[in-house]
Amino acid sequence: MKMSAILLKGRRMYLRPVRILAILLGLILGFATAASSAADDPAALIKALGTANFEQAEAIIADLGKTGDTRIVPALEAFAAGDLYVRKSDSQVFIAKAAGSGFTLIDPVTGASAGEAPKSAITKIKINNSLRRAISSAQGGLTLLSPDKVVRLQAADSVLKSPSAENLELLEAALAKETDRAVKLRMEQARAVSLLSSDRPVDQKRAAIATLQSLGGRDAIGILMTAAPTLDPALKGDLDAAIKKIEGTLALWDAAQNIWYGLSLGSVLLLAAIGLSITFGVMGIINMAHGEMVMLGAYSTFVVQEIIRTKFPGAFDYSLAIALPVAFVVTGAAGLIIERGVIRFLYGRPLETLLATWGVSLVLQQLVRSIFGPTNREVGNPSWMSGSFPLGGMQVTWNRMWIVLFSLTIFLGLLLLMKRSFFGLMMRAVTQNRRMASSMGIRTPWVDAFTFALGSGIAGIAGVALSQIDNVSPNLGQSYIIDSFMVVVFGGVGNLWGTLVGALTLGVLNKFLEPWVGAVLGKILVLVLIILFIQKRPRGLFALKGRAIEA
Amino acid sequence: MITSFFLRALEGRIVAMVAVLLGFAVLVPMSNLLLGPDNPLHVPTYVMSLLGKYLCYALLALALDLVWGYCGILSLGHGAFFSLGGYAMGMYLMRQIGSRGVYGDPILPDFMVFLNWKQLPWFWYGFDMFWFAALMVLVVPGLLAFVFGWFAFRSRVNGVYLSIITQAMTYALLLAFFRNDMGFGGNNGLTDYKDILGFSVQSDGTRSVLFALSAIMLALCLILASAIVRSKFGKVLLGVRDAESRVRFLGFRVENIKLFTFVVSAMMAGIAGALFVPQVGIINPGEFAPANSIEVVIWTAVGGRSTLIGPIIGAVLVNGGKTIFTGVFPEFWLFALGGLFVLVTLFLPKGIVGTVAQALAKRRAAQAAETPTHLNGKPQAAE
Repeated sequence: MKMSAILLKGRRMYLRPVRILAILLGLILGFATAASSAADDPAALIKALGTANFEQAEAIIADLGKTGDTRIVPALEAFAAGDLYVRKSDSQVFIAKAAGSGFTLIDPVTGASAGEAPKSAITKIKINNSLRRAISSAQGGLTLLSPDKVVRLQAADSVLKSPSAENLELLEAALAKETDRAVKLRMEQARAVSLLSSDRPVDQKRAAIATLQSLGGRDAIGILMTAAPTLDPALKGDLDAAIKKIEGTLALWDAAQNIWYGLSLGSVLLLAAIGLSITFGVMGIINMAHGEMVMLGAYSTFVVQEIIRTKFPGAFDYSLAIALPVAFVVTGAAGLIIERGVIRFLYGRPLETLLATWGVSLVLQQLVRSIFGPTNREVGNPSWMSGSFPLGGMQVTWNRMWIVLFSLTIFLGLLLLMKRSFFGLMMRAVTQNRRMASSMGIRTPWVDAFTFALGSGIAGIAGVALSQIDNVSPNLGQSYIIDSFMVVVFGGVGNLWGTLVGALTLGVLNKFLEPWVGAVLGKILVLVLIILFIQKRPRGLFALKGRAIEA
Repeated sequence: MITSFFLRALEGRIVAMVAVLLGFAVLVPMSNLLLGPDNPLHVPTYVMSLLGKYLCYALLALALDLVWGYCGILSLGHGAFFSLGGYAMGMYLMRQIGSRGVYGDPILPDFMVFLNWKQLPWFWYGFDMFWFAALMVLVVPGLLAFVFGWFAFRSRVNGVYLSIITQAMTYALLLAFFRNDMGFGGNNGLTDYKDILGFSVQSDGTRSVLFALSAIMLALCLILASAIVRSKFGKVLLGVRDAESRVRFLGFRVENIKLFTFVVSAMMAGIAGALFVPQVGIINPGEFAPANSIEVVIWTAVGGRSTLIGPIIGAVLVNGGKTIFTGVFPEFWLFALGGLFVLVTLFLPKGIVGTVAQALAKRRAAQAAETPTHLNGKPQAAE
């Protein structure tokens, strides 16, 4: 980028004397021709092209550009492409296209057909590179006046990317006529860019720097840097200030991007941890097979997509919506079986439960490995989850966006369930005081079973979401389990808000540490911080208050 | 006083196990070195190394039993202490390679030359001396356990919380040791050892000595652990396990008791790691994996928690099973291991040794009930 900018500048400086000469010549010629034919009559100017030499042609093109008449754009294009011919008989200029043995002639201004001519009757108007450059510059200027808004915007963009002082007057003319706000803004920026390389007074340049500053972004810094060496020393302060300001904004956007990545990671953690938090909170047990429930959810998505792919290929975009309930039911059922088959015999022995569920997790992993193979399985993104959109100075990918929204939805749904439903009431009662709840007629074993099923089902739903951003392999769950524990332990057990805050904090913290110390060290630091944090608050950020000596 | 401390340790089961271990320490190397390869009683070197590996695992399980079985601390990070001990020994063995490495650098191990390091990092100093490395085998795991336990026990982190943060500890170390710029060989770990104290690590003689050392060290640690749990301190320890608050209310400093036990246990794990590395010939960050540490818990649980000899039996049985299983049906090993976790916790909560001991006690009680009443007054010496 920098390299090419330097090269470009070198070429421009080398060309400068030639251009000045050409403009001078053009002026003289302009006076000469202005007497005979009006300088702003495009037809006459184009006709003059037929007899002009290179220098004269360049001047004429500049004049054509100044007419601001968009009708001549096709003629200029044809000239650049080498399709402009002069008829020998009356030295009229036409756009000619080869047709059979001869050529079809088209009037350069009106675009009307002007009959045919044999090859011998016309001569091609010669063109060289400096003429081509003049043409493209004139074209850029002319398209600025195009009635089509999109074309104008494109023209302004192209001036912005390759500014030149020659376009300045035209830009200003276009600006004066412009009504559309977006185009006007872009033109103003283009004008500012062109102005910096022109010989306008210092005040205008200062204003131009201010405009560029409002443009922002790395491009603006690049433009200002390129302009810096040729600029008036009086403007040095303004320039530096502008660059600094832009860099400040960029840093802010970088921070915003980091926060976004952090929130995105945090929402993934939230999805993985929230089910764990519920089961831990209500039943006081750690479910080491929780990660495998996430994995089962991801594999459910895979199976659903496979069926859709082979049977109903049209419904692929709905595959995730179908996979959600499927995954919830599959993993919820698996959770219910595990609770009824293993865990209910181990109440009151949390450490043994931890070991037993670890065993279950090993069995599930191997089961999935035996059925689906040890390699990663391909889960596709539906169209509405692929791609990205720009937001200010950052890019937001759709799948991350949806996962953040999805996890928040799940969170709110669970919150409602906990606070507003009868089942939630029972769960909270058991969390607070199991024996008292039991005395009040709550069937605590069933609350345990369904809590476990619910926690597992949510893990399954999390698996559907994670299948979109992670590899679906038998080890999927293992990579999340420790992080999920950290979230639960950090946020406080059995507290949904704690889990939310814990997950988002850890996510953002991780992403902010990453650029400084690297991904692995960042993760280590987070782990160490949590270990230290636990010393301070052994029950997490939002601990349940109770009177027990030993929770 | 110290003699009586250790004499008290020599209860029947412990003596039997120590005798078996010492017998192994003598017989296995003898059969390896003295009997010819065609003799049916000959133990090939690879089998001896395998058995040596099991004994190191048994020592690790014993260390875990000390904290889990007698103090109620379920550490899911004992693999970290084991690996740190292993790394300390591995660093000594790396320094012994000298200029025989692939790159022939007299000071720097191969991986450092490969990473273009110019000089030895400070934490590698001193590891060319065996006594220093041996000291570090104890000091590094002990120090980590001390710092970790100091914070954790003081703020009364216990139960599953403690288990989870021990797991986080070993996970953090796993990630750290995987990094190349940590200076411990990164992904590949430390390997390609040549000799230990001047003897080649490949030779049968050295292997025999290492095996015998593992068995003897295990026996010594068993006696030490037994002495600890049978002392007055051990009684308090059991109290901490069963009713921590009550012990605290009685005026004991629970955190110090826990801390002491945790540090002793970590040092034992370090010794196990140090004996493991020369016999296996490699130490890499994979040893820090949380899954490994959880596996240690199942060895202990299978053999029998808080029996001291149970973990030894459990470690040997489960690892022997693993060796056979992964050779015959590699796909089913995880099913078997997972099933073991579930079945042992559900049906064998006391483990093999605990269940057998319970059955024996029941039978004895039944016999005692059958015998006439007038004999009951006599002291039953065998009890």
